Amino acid sequence: MKVLVHIMLKEGVLDPQGKAVEHALRGLGFAEASSVRLGRLVEMDVAGDTATARERVDSMCRQLLANPVIERYQIEVG
Amino acid sequence: MTFAIVVFPGSNCDRDCAHVVADVCGQSFRFVRHTESILPTADIVILPGGFSYGDYLRAGAIARRSPIMAEVAEFARKGGLLLGICNGFQILTEAGLLPGAFLRNASLRFECRDVTLRVENVSTPFTCAWSGNKGKLAPIVRMPIAHMDGNYYVDGGTLQTLESERRIVFRYCDADGLTGRTANPNGSIANIAGVCNEAGNVLGLMPHPERCAEALLGGTDGRCIFESIEQWKQRKGKNDCA
Repeated sequence: MKVLVHIMLKEGVLDPQGKAVEHALRGLGFAEASSVRLGRLVEMDVAGDTATARERVDSMCRQLLANPVIERYQIEVG
Repeated sequence: MTFAIVVFPGSNCDRDCAHVVADVCGQSFRFVRHTESILPTADIVILPGGFSYGDYLRAGAIARRSPIMAEVAEFARKGGLLLGICNGFQILTEAGLLPGAFLRNASLRFECRDVTLRVENVSTPFTCAWSGNKGKLAPIVRMPIAHMDGNYYVDGGTLQTLESERRIVFRYCDADGLTGRTANPNGSIANIAGVCNEAGNVLGLMPHPERCAEALLGGTDGRCIFESIEQWKQRKGKNDCA
């Protein structure tokens, strides 16, 4: 099944890229945009049932895909 | 003395390190491939700078999973000296051998220039050669940096621990030794340029000492790190590195 992992910098961790993108958006006249944060999206096919897949992908996140010091993640299955 | 220099796909300062070790300091070295699972007998292990695995995912994130890294961690656990330079520092944080993590430079630019640094702790195996001026202010030295993700981050509690345990070994400063915001090239918290582990046998730093170890290349301050290691080993003996 298809699994998506959303990885974002934790609240409170400065995101220089997000700030730069927000600045550029405002420059284009999109004054309504604020608190812009950039993250990473990892997409993969995972074999097995939903519960197992979620558990395995969680393990992947803890071991490699996310750095718990600065990032949080959210797993979307199916 | 033998230096083991680990080579990952994308390392690009491994030969610079070897040059300083062999041609400047007159010591021996061994290159160790990332795929090897046994570390050769060595007095110190260096994780050199570069862009291991193209900095994919996060700088150092994939290299830390290389077969050799289990051996490197075990070497450090036993008290062996371990030095991570630039990408090597990033790998050490990803491996959990040093605290913290790296964010993109606050400037969003690749910062490639000389910086001045304050040596905050001259009692480590990597900085003891600077301990000559006891009682005076922290030594101020000059080294080049070259990185995109050098913005060091730790949470508030860890920062306090690092401060109180004197584990912040290098800080970015101006020519007068002041650590203001303008002297910070990448946005690192508390102007941190280098930290060591609790036992003091593992050091990571973003600046490149191997690029400023001989006058011909414009500076010799980096040589002090290599000299410190030699002095430390001479004083402590081969089997007592921590």
